[in-house]
Amino acid sequence: MKTLKISHPTTRSIALFSQLFCLTQCYPDMKILVCISHVPDTTSKINFTNNNTSFDAAGVQFIINPYDEFGLTRALWIKESIGGTITTATVGTAAAEPTIRKALAIGADDAIRIDADPKDGFFVASQLAALVKENGYDLVICGQESIDYNGGQVGGLLAALLNWPFVSPCVGMELNGTTATIIREIDGGKEISKAELPVVIAGKKGLVEEKDLRIPNMRGIMMARTKPLLVRPAVDVAAATATVRFEKPAAKSAVKLISKENIAELVSLLHNEAKVI
Amino acid sequence: MAVVVVAETWEGKFKKASFEAVSYGARVAKSMGTEAVAITLGTLTDNPADLGKYGASKILTLAGDEVATFNNARYATAIAGLASDAHVYIVSGTNNGKMLAPFLAVAAKAALITNVTALPESTSPIRVKRGAFSAKGIAFTESTAATTVICIVPNSVGIEALAAAGEVQAASAQSNGNIRVAKIESVDKVKGKIPLPEAELVVSAGRGMKAPENWNLIEDLAESLGAATACSKPVSDIGWRPHSEHVGQTGIQINPNLYIAIGISGAIQHLAGVSASKTIVVINSDADAPFFKAADYGIVGDAFEIVPKLTEAIKAFKAHN
Repeated sequence: MKTLKISHPTTRSIALFSQLFCLTQCYPDMKILVCISHVPDTTSKINFTNNNTSFDAAGVQFIINPYDEFGLTRALWIKESIGGTITTATVGTAAAEPTIRKALAIGADDAIRIDADPKDGFFVASQLAALVKENGYDLVICGQESIDYNGGQVGGLLAALLNWPFVSPCVGMELNGTTATIIREIDGGKEISKAELPVVIAGKKGLVEEKDLRIPNMRGIMMARTKPLLVRPAVDVAAATATVRFEKPAAKSAVKLISKENIAELVSLLHNEAKVI
Repeated sequence: MAVVVVAETWEGKFKKASFEAVSYGARVAKSMGTEAVAITLGTLTDNPADLGKYGASKILTLAGDEVATFNNARYATAIAGLASDAHVYIVSGTNNGKMLAPFLAVAAKAALITNVTALPESTSPIRVKRGAFSAKGIAFTESTAATTVICIVPNSVGIEALAAAGEVQAASAQSNGNIRVAKIESVDKVKGKIPLPEAELVVSAGRGMKAPENWNLIEDLAESLGAATACSKPVSDIGWRPHSEHVGQTGIQINPNLYIAIGISGAIQHLAGVSASKTIVVINSDADAPFFKAADYGIVGDAFEIVPKLTEAIKAFKAHN
C-alpha cells in the first residue's frame, strides 16, 4: 500500500502506527485545504463607492462563495470515508470571520485567515502558496471562481506557484490511494484525468450536487465557536493588477413585447433590428 | 515580439474563439505599434497561415510529444519559453484557456487579467474592461507588471478580418521533465452538437415545459435556428435534461448573440449566467416573470402554442433568406 508523503516528522510515527491497523486504504494524515472566499450574497444589490473605485459593502450580506461550498462538502465526504483533517483558508480582513465560522459550522476542523485585503488573484494565490509550502497539504480545493470579482485565477496561480497539477472546472473527483481521478468540463464535453497527490482542483457543481450541500446545524454552529481560527500575517507580495474604477452595466431598455398572434414580427426584429439571425 | 496570441485548436482545427483572440491581439499590437504573433500547439490539420486573415503577422507552430495534447502546465512553459520577449499574451477564456492563463502568467512572470470583454482602454499601462460581480458590475483593471496575460471572454469582442503577412514558422518546444501534471485518461465530447460555450444562438427552457418529453418542441426550435439547447437549474436538478445543459451561476455561463428563454422565470442565479447574452428573448405565460425585465423581446403566452409557431416562422424565414 502506498502512503502519502508525510509532511511533518511529528506525525510520522502516528501515521505509521495507524497504517498498521488500516485494512483498507485510509489516510489518517490526509490534509485537505479548502479555500473559502467571503463574497456578497448572490442576490445583493451591487454598488460602488469612493468615486467608483471600490465596492460598497454597506448593508451587503456576505456568504461563502457558492463554488467553494461544493468543495467544502466534497472535502467532508473524503474525511468521512477515509479520514483526515479539513482546514479552510481565507485571505481577508476580520470582516470575513462570520463567513469562516460558517465553514467551521458546516464541518471544517480548523480555519486560517490570512489577514489582508485580497487585492488581486496573484496576491491571494501568493498568500495561499506560502501557507501550503509551510503546512504541506495533500489536496487543495478552490472554487472555479469567486462570484464577486469573477477572476477564476486563484486556483490556477496557486497550482502554478507550487508546481502542482491543476484541474478546472472540476465536476467530479475520486481518490484511490495517492491517485486522484478528476473529471473536468471541456467545451462541449468532459475530460477525465489522473494525477498523483498533491493537487489543486477548482470546483463547481458536480463535485457534489446542490442537494448534497451541507448546511450548518445547531450542533455545528455551537462547535464552530470553539474550533481554532488562526490569524496569520500576510507575506510581503505586491499585487500584479489594480482595479482603477468600477461601473454598473447600462440599464436594459424596456422589453419589447410582441403579440403571440404575430410571431413573424419577432423573427423580423431578430433579423432586422437585433441582427442575430 | 510584443503581442503573442495563443491560438487554441481542437482535434487539429482552430476554434472560432482563436480567430477572435488573434484579431483582438492584432488590434492590441497595432495600438502598441507592433505586430501580433500567433502560437499554435500540437498537431494541426487546419492551415496555420489562415491566422494571417485575422491579423497575425507571424504564426509559430509548435509540435512534438511535449505539446501533442493539451496540458496547461506544459503549454504554458512552452509558450513562455518561445515568446520570452512578449509584453502581452492573449488567451481566449475557453475551458482550456482558463486553465492555461494562470500557468502562463506564472511562467512568464506576468500579471493576469481575466474575464476581459473589450479592447484595452490603454496599452501603457495595459488597462482593460472586465466583467465583475456576476454581470452586475464592470471593472477597469490595470496591469502593474511589465508583461500581462489578457484572458478574453469568448464571443465578447467578435472576430475581425484583418489582413496580415501570416508567415508560418515551425518551432520546437523545450521539454521540461520537472512539471507535475494531471494525465488525461479519456475525453467524452458530445458529437454533432454545438458545444454550449461556443454557440452563437441558444434556445433554453425551464420548468414551464412541464415534462421532459415536451423537449422535442425546444429541440425543433433550436434545430430550425442552428442553435444549441440549454436549460434552467431546476430542470437539470430533477433530471429532465443533462447537467451539461444547465446555464446559470452554478452551471455554464454563456454570452451568445441570441438567448431564447422559454418557461424560465429568470431567478437572479439564472441571470448571472446568461445576462451577458447580446439579445434576450423571453417566452413565458406569466407576464410578471422577472425575466421580462432583463429581456430585449418578450412574448407572453403558452409555450406549447408559441414555440411550434416560432419554429415554423423561423423555417419560413430561412427558406427565403
